[in-house]
Amino acid sequence: MNTATLERPAATSRQLPERNHLDWLESEAIFILRELAGECANPVLFFSGGKDSIVLLRLAEKAFRPARFPFPLLHIDTGHNFQEVLDFRDARAAELGERLLVRSVEDSIGRGTVRLRSETESRNAAQSVTLLESIEEFGFDAAIGGARRDEEKARAKERVFSFRDEFGQWDPKNQRPELWSLYNTRVHKGEHMRVFPISNWTELDVWQYIEREQLAVPHIYYAHQRRIVRRKGLLVPVTPLTPPREGELVEEVTVRFRTVGDITCTCPVASTAATTAQIIAETVLTTVTERGATRMDDQTSDASMERRKKEGYF
Amino acid sequence: MSAIGEMERATATDTGVLRFITCGSVDDGKSTLIGRLLHDTRAIFEDQLAAVQRATWKRGQDELDLSLLTDGLEAEREQGITIDVAYRYFATPQRKFIIADTPGHEQYTRNMVTGASTADAAIVLIDARKGVLTQTRRHTYIAHLLGVRHIIVAINKMDLVDYDQAVFERIRADFLAFARSLDLGNLQFIPLSALRGDQVVETGAGLPWYQGPTLLSVLEGINVLNETEALPLRYPVQLVVRQGAGADFRGFAGRLVSGVLAVGDELLVLPSNRVSRVKEIVSLDQSLPLAVAGDSVTVVLEDEIDISRGDMLCDPASPPLALKSLAARICWFSEEPLSTANRFVLKHTSRSVKAKIAAIVDRVDINTLERQSAHGLLAMNDIAHVTVSLAQPLFVDAYDSNRETGSFILIDETTNHTVAAGMIELNPGNKA
Repeated sequence: MNTATLERPAATSRQLPERNHLDWLESEAIFILRELAGECANPVLFFSGGKDSIVLLRLAEKAFRPARFPFPLLHIDTGHNFQEVLDFRDARAAELGERLLVRSVEDSIGRGTVRLRSETESRNAAQSVTLLESIEEFGFDAAIGGARRDEEKARAKERVFSFRDEFGQWDPKNQRPELWSLYNTRVHKGEHMRVFPISNWTELDVWQYIEREQLAVPHIYYAHQRRIVRRKGLLVPVTPLTPPREGELVEEVTVRFRTVGDITCTCPVASTAATTAQIIAETVLTTVTERGATRMDDQTSDASMERRKKEGYF
Repeated sequence: MSAIGEMERATATDTGVLRFITCGSVDDGKSTLIGRLLHDTRAIFEDQLAAVQRATWKRGQDELDLSLLTDGLEAEREQGITIDVAYRYFATPQRKFIIADTPGHEQYTRNMVTGASTADAAIVLIDARKGVLTQTRRHTYIAHLLGVRHIIVAINKMDLVDYDQAVFERIRADFLAFARSLDLGNLQFIPLSALRGDQVVETGAGLPWYQGPTLLSVLEGINVLNETEALPLRYPVQLVVRQGAGADFRGFAGRLVSGVLAVGDELLVLPSNRVSRVKEIVSLDQSLPLAVAGDSVTVVLEDEIDISRGDMLCDPASPPLALKSLAARICWFSEEPLSTANRFVLKHTSRSVKAKIAAIVDRVDINTLERQSAHGLLAMNDIAHVTVSLAQPLFVDAYDSNRETGSFILIDETTNHTVAAGMIELNPGNKA
């Protein structure tokens, strides 16, 4: 560096504002969303009504307002979602005045492209089929998701702009190197990008941002009374899709959800945290990962997420 | 994080994010060091430890193998190697940390280049029993090449040399002797034992003769933001934001890569060479008095100027250079060798232009730092000095003075693969 550039510009005398880690993460995510808008012809944003995608919508507001979002919102409905999360999804999309598309696994079942062994089987993996069908239907060349690298080991190696081939597959051994903030967004027809603006966020960062921005999230994220059974160390909610098994004791417990996915594989945790601040305090102290405490499907094998991702899972 | 950590959080100032890279091989104890950092800052969860325990048993080992915590993918566990860059996270009350974990094998230079490109600091790991090796030189050179400002030389496995100060001093002298030619910025040496936990997060008992800070204290103390705020203003425009029909809002969305921007400041717009002033800095429903390097904002100018994505707003007193031909150091990533017949898309800030390599000047032997003839061809992982011809001019700074406006990637137009990383040199000399 030459000495001329080391001297501060006239701004030195001004009191410069401090920037904390949330400012940094927010700024990076906005940058990523704008790169996508500048370079991808037909993007879409996955919005489920879950906390990570709620954060994405806030970041999109900061990236594009006062203009409208340069993409529609898309939800892949497994048919096994919590009703209040779906209600929240619809209300939030309406409040923002943005276009919400919904495609359902039920329709893929109707077409015969998804075949399940039983009505109560987890539809989490089946989502991938419906998702890829939607991408094909609308010709999307980029799909924005709220996945984070801290969630799971396979995701730690995920790119911010992550290439998918024409079969929607992720090839972890053949990823594009990602340098500086120069994202290679180019795809051929039929291929697409998955884009993860909050890759570098942790569960704690997400809750701190929700608190800072005063974002509304579905009520089931906060402590409430729920009927559950205890199964393999998890609290399994009692629903028509997940009835108690013979010999299991149904209890009413104070719980909250850390993730809100498919009902058949999402479990709450025991908690009395009734506010975002209390959730943050709990998250700071928690000893179990978000997925470890709540997801039945990730426990199957150590590599189950990696396998699903290769097959096109979000 | 502990309850004490939580209380500290309430009082400590959050200074943002520090990104760093760890350079070394599994043999140097790199995975153990990362495991130690994560463990002692309480970033590892019980179920993650349990999964590592299961994987350890499956391999027929007894003692908990922390390296399994960071060796992520099924594919690489089968082969017993790390194949790609992985990112890890931990936080202290001071700041959030992002670790780029890259493998140390020679054939994976491109991974280290990738990880180092966004790193503010590099930890170069040395095994105290082995001292400065060829790979130490290689890693230090790549960190230096990629402009990593803070180099921390961690002399690990001090417990295996009886915590001997003389060993530490000898390795330090060896390192300094070789590093003299590189003109490294901030250099710090720390003796430690990742296995025992000495001088990583806790001080430990093994190194009473060492009076310096722990590794974590050094990482917490590095000031990143001031370095980019002090540079001349560079603001590549990402998007033009217009409000719906009828309204007259017209803002230029982007991220300040360097400098400070305030309402009323005079700006030069490139490539039009027009000058205007900042009328407003907007973020959602807020109007900001100023923005600093790293901020994503939307800028409204006082004058109506034709500006689109790829244009740059900058300091009129020290603008970047507009160049159609660049001298650069590149790292070649592709399995297909580079030849001067190839055509590329070059991406620089928010601007992409067609480009070709006009000449391969020479290649650098990253073990000896000698410059050798490339015979007109580059292979994967080669680092070389080249000249690049561009279809349109770019607005550039030397990579040495500004990483964001001094860097580019080359994309193969046919395969769409990212095939090279480039660092612009304005006064290419005899340096490696």
